[in-house]
Order: sequence, then C-alpha cells, then structure tokens
Amino acid sequence: MHQTTDAPQITADYLAHACQKRMMNMILLVVFVALLIGGFGTANARNAGGFLNGLPNVFDFPADVLGEAWERAHLLPGYFLKYLPSLIETVNIAGAATLIGALLAFFGALLATRGLAPAPRLVAPLRRVLDVLRAVPEIVIALVLIFLLGGGPVPAMIAIALHTVGALGKLFSEVNENASLKPVDGLESVGAGWLQRMVLGVVPQVAPNYLSYALLRFEINIRASAILGFVGAGGIGYDLRNTMSWGQGKFDEAAAIFLLIFGTIIIVDQVSSHFRNSLTHGRAYQDKGAIL
Amino acid sequence: MTDLTASSSTTRQTARRSFRRKRIAGLTAPVLILAYLTYVFVAFDVAGLGERINVSNMKTLVADSYSYKTHVARDNRNGEMEIAIEGERKGRYAPGQAPSWVILGETTRVELGNGHVVELGPEVTYDVPGYGLITATPGRSGVNATLPEGPLPEWINASKNRLAVTTDAGRLTITRNRAEVFRYFNGWELFFFTLDSPYYGMSPLDLLRSGDYGAIWQDFWTNKMWRHGDVAWALVETVLMAFLGTFGAAMIALPLGFLAAKNFSPLGGLRFAARRLFDFLRGVDGLIWTIVLSRAFGPGPLTGSLAILLTDTGTFGKIFSEALENVDDKQIEGIASTGAAPVQRYRFGVIPQITPVLLSQVLYYLESNTRSATIIGAITGGGIGLLLTQAIITQKDWEEVSYYIVLIILMVVAMDTISGWLRSKLISGTEAGH
Repeated sequence: MHQTTDAPQITADYLAHACQKRMMNMILLVVFVALLIGGFGTANARNAGGFLNGLPNVFDFPADVLGEAWERAHLLPGYFLKYLPSLIETVNIAGAATLIGALLAFFGALLATRGLAPAPRLVAPLRRVLDVLRAVPEIVIALVLIFLLGGGPVPAMIAIALHTVGALGKLFSEVNENASLKPVDGLESVGAGWLQRMVLGVVPQVAPNYLSYALLRFEINIRASAILGFVGAGGIGYDLRNTMSWGQGKFDEAAAIFLLIFGTIIIVDQVSSHFRNSLTHGRAYQDKGAIL
Repeated sequence: MTDLTASSSTTRQTARRSFRRKRIAGLTAPVLILAYLTYVFVAFDVAGLGERINVSNMKTLVADSYSYKTHVARDNRNGEMEIAIEGERKGRYAPGQAPSWVILGETTRVELGNGHVVELGPEVTYDVPGYGLITATPGRSGVNATLPEGPLPEWINASKNRLAVTTDAGRLTITRNRAEVFRYFNGWELFFFTLDSPYYGMSPLDLLRSGDYGAIWQDFWTNKMWRHGDVAWALVETVLMAFLGTFGAAMIALPLGFLAAKNFSPLGGLRFAARRLFDFLRGVDGLIWTIVLSRAFGPGPLTGSLAILLTDTGTFGKIFSEALENVDDKQIEGIASTGAAPVQRYRFGVIPQITPVLLSQVLYYLESNTRSATIIGAITGGGIGLLLTQAIITQKDWEEVSYYIVLIILMVVAMDTISGWLRSKLISGTEAGH
C-alpha cells in the first residue's frame, strides 16, 4: 500500500526534475545560439567587407596563386631551394625556442611543485610568473624586442621561448604532481642532494610525458614562428609577406612558400605525433598527453 | 656456491654494462642539445646582439611607459608659444593657457623644479643650479650660446646651430628657429580627460559632485589621446574572434568527427576523406587562412573568426574523432537494448560519454584562441592586435603600448579564469581530459 502511493510520487518527481533540467539546458542552448548568431552579426558588421559580398571571392586568391604556380610549375623547385634557408631559420627558431623553453620549464616546474620544491615559499609566486608568461601572446614580446634588437630571428626566438616556459611549466608541474614521491624519499634517506633526488627520483617517472608535451609544443611553435616572421621577425613568414606584396602575376613565389609551410607543418605533425604515441602508449601511460 | 658467485658476477657485469650505456646516453643528450643550441646561436648571430641592441630605444621605451613629457616651445621667428603634452596636437594647450609651472609673457618663464628655470624669449636662458647661467640668442647667425667658464660638461651638446642641454629636471633644445623645453612627469598623461574637456584636472570628488555623469562618461569614453571606446571595442572584437572561431569550429567538427571515427563511420572512403580534410585544415594553418580570407572579406573580426574556425575545425575534428573511437560500447548497447532509435542511441549512449572531453578541449582552446586572435588581429587588421601594432609602429606612444599590453594580459587571464570556471562547473565530478 505504502509502496504503491510512493512510486507514482517518485516518477512524478523524477519527471519534474528531468523536465526542469531539460528546460535549463534548452535555455542555455538558446542563449548560446543567440550569442553565436549575434556575434557573427557583429563581426560581420564591423568587418571591412561583408560575409555575403566576400563569399563568391573566397576562391579567387587561392585560384590566382595556384593558377600562377601551375603555369610556372617548372620554377617551383628553384623557389623551394631559394627559400629553404628561410624555412630552416623558421624551424630553428621553433626548435631553439622549444629547447630553451623546455629546459627553463623543467626547472621552473620542479621549483613550482609542492612536495618537490626546495623552497616551498617560492611555489605560489613562481606559479604566478608562469601564468603571466603563458598569458602574454608571443607577438607582444616579439614586437617590443624587434624595436629594441632590430628584426631577425632572435626576437622571435626569445618571445616563443618565454611563452613556452609558461605553457610547458604548467603542464610539467601537473605531471610532477602525479609522480610518486617514494623514490624521492628513498633517495633522501641515503643522503642524496636535491638535484640528485630530482634527476634520479623524479625525472625517470616524468620524462616520457615531458618529452611528449615538448614535442607537441614544437608543433605549435613552428606555426608561431611562421606567424611571427610575418610581422617582421625573420624566417619564412617574412619572405611570405614580401612575396605577397609583389601582387598579382608574381604569386608563384608565394605559392612556393605556402607549399613549404604546409609541407613542413604536415611532416612535423606526423613525425611528432608518431613519437608522442610511442612515448605515451608504449609505456602504458595513456592519459591527457594522448588526447592533446 | 660457485654457481652463485659466477651468476652474481655476470649479473654485476650486465649491471655495469647497462650503467655504462645509460651514462653514455645520459651524456650524449646534453651534448647534442648544446651542439644544436650553439649552431642556432651562431646562425642567428646572437654574439652580435650586443652591437645591435638599441640602448636609446630601450631608454625611451622604459621612460615612456611610466612617464610623459610636456613640450614648451617658442618659435624664434615670430615669438609664438606652443605648449603641448607629448608634443601632440591632441594634447595641445589652447593659446594663452598654460600649466601652472609655465608663466606666459614677453619672455616665458618655465620652472622645471629643483631651482631649474628656463626663460624663453628673444634671449633664452637656462639657470642650472650648481653650474651657472646658460644664455643663447638664436638668430640667423646661429644659436650664439654663452656657457659658464670651464670645460663643457657631457650633458651639454653645443654646436653653432644647435644647443641641447639635458638635466635631471628636463631638457632644453635650441636651434635657430625654435627653442623647446621638455619637462617630465610621472604617470600616463590625460588618461581620463583631454585638455579640451571641462573635466580635465578635476578631482574625483568634484566629478562626483558635479552630477553630469553622462557628459563625464562621454568625455572619458571619447578621449582623443587614449580612445577608450575604441580600445574597448577592440578587446570585444578580439574576444569575439576567439569565441566565434572556437565554438563555430566545435559545432562543425562534431558531425565531421563522427564521420572520421572508425566505430561510427562504416564507409572507409568517407572516413579517409574526413581525416584528410582535418589534416589539410590544420596543415594550412591559421597564418595562411588569415591571408587567404582577408583577401576575400577584407580586414576585420569576421576574417579572424573564420580563420580560427577553419584551423580549429581540423584540430577539433581530430580530437573529437579520437575521443569517439575511445567510447565505451556497453552504454550504447544498453541504450539499444531498450529499443532506442539510432539518434537516441547517439544522444544518450555516446554524447554523455564524450561531452566532458569535448567541452574541456573546447574551453581550453577558447583561452588559447584569445591569444591567437590577438596575433591574427595584428595580421588581418582587427581587434587589440591591430591597435598594438599601430602603437608600436609610431615608435613614440610607448605608454599606449604598455597600456595595451596590460589590457591584453588581463584579457587572456580573464578568459583563462572564465574557461577554467566553466570547465569545473560543467564537468564537475567526471574525469576530464586535459
């Protein structure tokens, strides 16, 4: 008797709850869609050319570039060779910045992880420093450094390296937090110093994840390095801007640079994702590194 | 017994060998890194950096970011005075008006503080405490400067047609046609109101009391020097680019992700096509998309949004399809056993499983795209990135550059906080990918 009166009550409560939840979700969805539509409207209104006006022209420029590249396809290998040094410079900017950034982030992360840091009082301020380094877009540092140091690859390298310290420092310290402290305690009990504890106790646990994150950063930094070149920091991006400014009829060199950038990014992505997979899956460490 | 010692000695040998191998490997890595960095540093000519570094630019940058200067200039040909903050038209005092430390007259008296006094007239004098009186009568024949006896100090730069005196209090430059004094002040000039506003120089309390909040806001918002309204719009545009790009990409990538996932897409050809599309979108990269799209749509936030949207459709498609491939079949089977139609199976069997991963990824990219939008804005011409590059190109408004940098950092930190808050709110309790 008791149960029969209760069951409809529970059903009704459940349905009411589900209905309420569904209402909330609907409202959120409507708000979100309205924001999206309104946002596109605003963006469209503030753009120099409208979306609908520009839509028919989207393929004009790629068609021009590809058409000219096709017409003078025999020249492309020569252009590839001509811009190879710039491409190497772009890759080197990314490579050196990733290396320097990862090295600094390695120490920064150890100093900013509770339980591992030799000076626990420095953990909080150091984390704020990493946050700020991560928040500053590379272009800000790069433009200021270009003003101080003149154009060229060094401003871009420093700018990307600083951002890398912030980004990797955060990821590294998250990895550190999951590391077991037992080896560290063991090493401490036999009188190992801080550096020895870290190198022998922590690094073997975290190295695969560190490497995986650093490789991912390298992929990101190649793109950043090409973009920074475009605002004046050397490398292939700078050449791209110059060739673009020559205008119609001379887009074949721009096409060659487009292809170089495209190819480099694809190759680096493939190679790096192959290594990242073997680093994270090969050691039964299937976590966030894999999904990123 | 002998067996044991023999085996232990071989074990020891293997251990030793493995240790040696490890040690060599441990040494080669740093050596390789060092070699690469050396090569890059030589290629980039880092050693020559010391000569290339522009110290005077650095001084201007640092000084400008926390201080400003007011120019007081006299045209020596007609005796007209001009007083302007940072020497800009927008900061010019109306004729006959002057700050309290300038006394206009036949000869204008400029007090630089600490006893430094400059008088601008047909004869220009600068009384430097502890050094003496510098006089000059600029005219056709040159600046005709007379300096106190003794060797020329290094803070005075004198030639026939030009005299420049730089002291802690300020700076005096005299040429044949013009005598100009700079006085430096701390802070950002005219940040709230420009000189033409009636509210310039009023204290916050007086402003509160005056009651004309609409007019006060109007004057602040349309401040010609700092353009607060434009800057606010630029920030909104940048956030808008990130928002539209990220969520637009997520909405397009979700159905495409199903096409590219092994367990949901029965057609191998379609799967292959979807995957190559993702690779293509990601490989072409935001830079090239920005260039291509700005040709069609012109500069502005829409171009930036679409560039982010295209790049991230590729990224999200890849992430989503990987997440979909890791979906647990048991839930889908359970839903199917209740007689659910395919759409319902997706809605209740698949979506709840992948939502945490997708949302956390999308929100992570929202923050990262705010930074990208700043950069894309600098290239395509929209948002705070454009203002920043413009301010840097003028090479003199470094206080504005610092202002924009502070705003950009605050904007990114705010987006980071919001996306982190949303992440914890929407995905609370569930294990979330990064």
